[in-house]
Amino acid sequence: MKYLSEYRDPELAQRYLREIEKTVTRPWTIMEVCGGQTHSLVKNGILNLLPPEVNMVHGPGCPVCVTPLNLIDKAVYLAEEKDVILCSYGDMLRVPGSEKSLLEAKANGADIRILYSPLEAVKIAQENPDREVVFFAVGFETTAPANALSVVHAQRLGLDNYAILASHVLVPPAIEALLSDEECLVEGFLAAGHVCTIMGLEEYFPLVDRFGVPIVVTGFEPVDILQGILMVVQQLERGEAKLENQYARMVREGGNPKARETIYEVFDITDRMWRGMDVIPQSGYGVCQAYQKFDAQRKFSVDIPEAPENASCIAGDIMKGLKKPFHCPNFGTHCKPENPLGAPMVSSEGACAAYYHFSDRIHQIEKQSA
Amino acid sequence: MSTSKNAKKIEWQLQCPMPKLDFEVITLGHGSGGLLTHRLLESGVFELLKNEQLDRRHDGALLHLQGPTAFTTDSFVISPIFFPGGNIGELAVNGTVNDLAMCGAIPRFLSLSFIIEEGLRMEEFWDIVVAIKFAAEAAGVKIVTGDTKVVERGKGDKIFVNTTGIGTLHPRAKIDLGRVGVGDKIIVSGNVATHGIAIMSVREGLEFETTIESDTQPLHHLVTALLDRFGPDVHLLRDPTRGGLGTVLTEIAREVGQGIELHQRDLPIDEQVRGACEILGLDPLYVANEGIFIGIVAEGVAEEVVAELRGLPGGAEAAIIGEVVAAHPRQVILTSAIGGKRVVNMLVGEQLPRIC
Repeated sequence: MKYLSEYRDPELAQRYLREIEKTVTRPWTIMEVCGGQTHSLVKNGILNLLPPEVNMVHGPGCPVCVTPLNLIDKAVYLAEEKDVILCSYGDMLRVPGSEKSLLEAKANGADIRILYSPLEAVKIAQENPDREVVFFAVGFETTAPANALSVVHAQRLGLDNYAILASHVLVPPAIEALLSDEECLVEGFLAAGHVCTIMGLEEYFPLVDRFGVPIVVTGFEPVDILQGILMVVQQLERGEAKLENQYARMVREGGNPKARETIYEVFDITDRMWRGMDVIPQSGYGVCQAYQKFDAQRKFSVDIPEAPENASCIAGDIMKGLKKPFHCPNFGTHCKPENPLGAPMVSSEGACAAYYHFSDRIHQIEKQSA
Repeated sequence: MSTSKNAKKIEWQLQCPMPKLDFEVITLGHGSGGLLTHRLLESGVFELLKNEQLDRRHDGALLHLQGPTAFTTDSFVISPIFFPGGNIGELAVNGTVNDLAMCGAIPRFLSLSFIIEEGLRMEEFWDIVVAIKFAAEAAGVKIVTGDTKVVERGKGDKIFVNTTGIGTLHPRAKIDLGRVGVGDKIIVSGNVATHGIAIMSVREGLEFETTIESDTQPLHHLVTALLDRFGPDVHLLRDPTRGGLGTVLTEIAREVGQGIELHQRDLPIDEQVRGACEILGLDPLYVANEGIFIGIVAEGVAEEVVAELRGLPGGAEAAIIGEVVAAHPRQVILTSAIGGKRVVNMLVGEQLPRIC
């Protein structure tokens, strides 16, 4: 892990900060798309170090946050009513469904297991031939190859008891939807580096051209983020709109073709519902025809009525960059990690969770409400 | 560390081989209190933990205590029960010994209770009891009373252990929340997050270049050395087990009504453990610890305290990591490696591994 230390170097960070201060002449609103970047901004105290002209707003790049309520209800239903072994990444567990979260279902006795990799779920299916195993395949383009691979793997092993509940979403259509919204305030983007390690840069050129916004593909360490912000600010100040790659040490222009091959072997591009944001056309992956027996939605024909979202949660406005967690009247009072109204308060990449855990203003809010 | 711990284990096994028995697995009957219980305990368990109190075979122990006495209890339900660097037995002794040490007490007596799930292999039980024997010897405590119950399969998780401990207060100890004041320095006695990551890497089947081992150890030797030399200048001691350093320091800040400032740069952490935290998406501030303590000491002696600890076994990585401040009362603020500031809060629930 030594290679990380240079991207956390205090002197280098200070140098980028001074450069940002020198370059900026007027207010700019910049969105970091990825929740991992949001957390890095808050956790490293970068938001408080930036000059006041740089207004960072936090995008929809938290896979847990945008997973539809209905799908969580389905996962809970499968685990509780269909007696499946439901496997999931850890941070999906606390997200509230319309009645309960997976963590609550687990506490009530449902067989829900936290995994790091979908391939572990395939192994569980192999070891439990008399049980159905479902992997809750959540994520952006980053996790899609591994999730797709689990299906290919299960097919090869001839497993009939493995399926995925797919909730894959894609970054470029989300950026397009945000920019097409006339309320949109965002003037420049930090794009998610990890996503581009798979997908490459190609999909972002048309966005830059069509909307005239700078997009800088950026990493996750503090120095990465500061450099990414500087690159966006430099473009904005010069009146340019280009695609640049700050994260070149990881992101190749062509991405990872092998990983994409695996994705397209298993998935089709489909319309997707984004929690808090509505349906975005062609913005996600669904299991394709050839692999449909691994699609948990078809396999179990789960039909659960759409429950209404909690009306007092402003997660959608936060993920569109229109509001910040502090603008929410429930933040830190009626909505806390132990009792959340919406997903961003519990996901490890959610903006509300970042503000709640790492910002000193929460104490003032708690004090005022006490 | 790895080789010495392995060597330790082999030596234990050589010194205390498991006796030949007519059963391999512990069953419900072994907890009935009847003949099977007798056979289980007489098989060598009593012999291993031998001392004059236990040898009397009373229903309880008769103790002669003088002066202020510390009293604490803890239950151990860890899974897996065997992990790199130790097992549940050592943990059960060290955990309670360390709770006593944190009160400024010298640990003297322990009770020991087992709740065993039927099906536990006698071999495993033996290894646990052997570890208890050696951990108790290393900590200088006697196990003076105990209990064994067996529950049906599915009603436990292999074995649960409870220990209760009694210790006599060190004559120079003046450890109290009320003595924490502005200007005090915060020290840790060793690397953070090691134990939690050792356990998690077994649970999740993660492999690293070398095995990350738990740092479980009795801490009262270190504490006694500090109290001998610095006495009342040691204001508060805590072992940041569950919830980790972040949670414990936030508790302290809230309890004393002062602010705490932490310096991320100064937090001692093993490179491999740091790497594991990165991969798993865990914040080392919230990972459980076993073999370290937090000390809040008078500003004037802080450097000497760290020097003293570094000279003792188990204290080599000791460091000053922050101070108590009048600004931002009841809050812990961390200065990040790049110089930004952020709040450190209490852990909510368990840390769950993230998606990407």
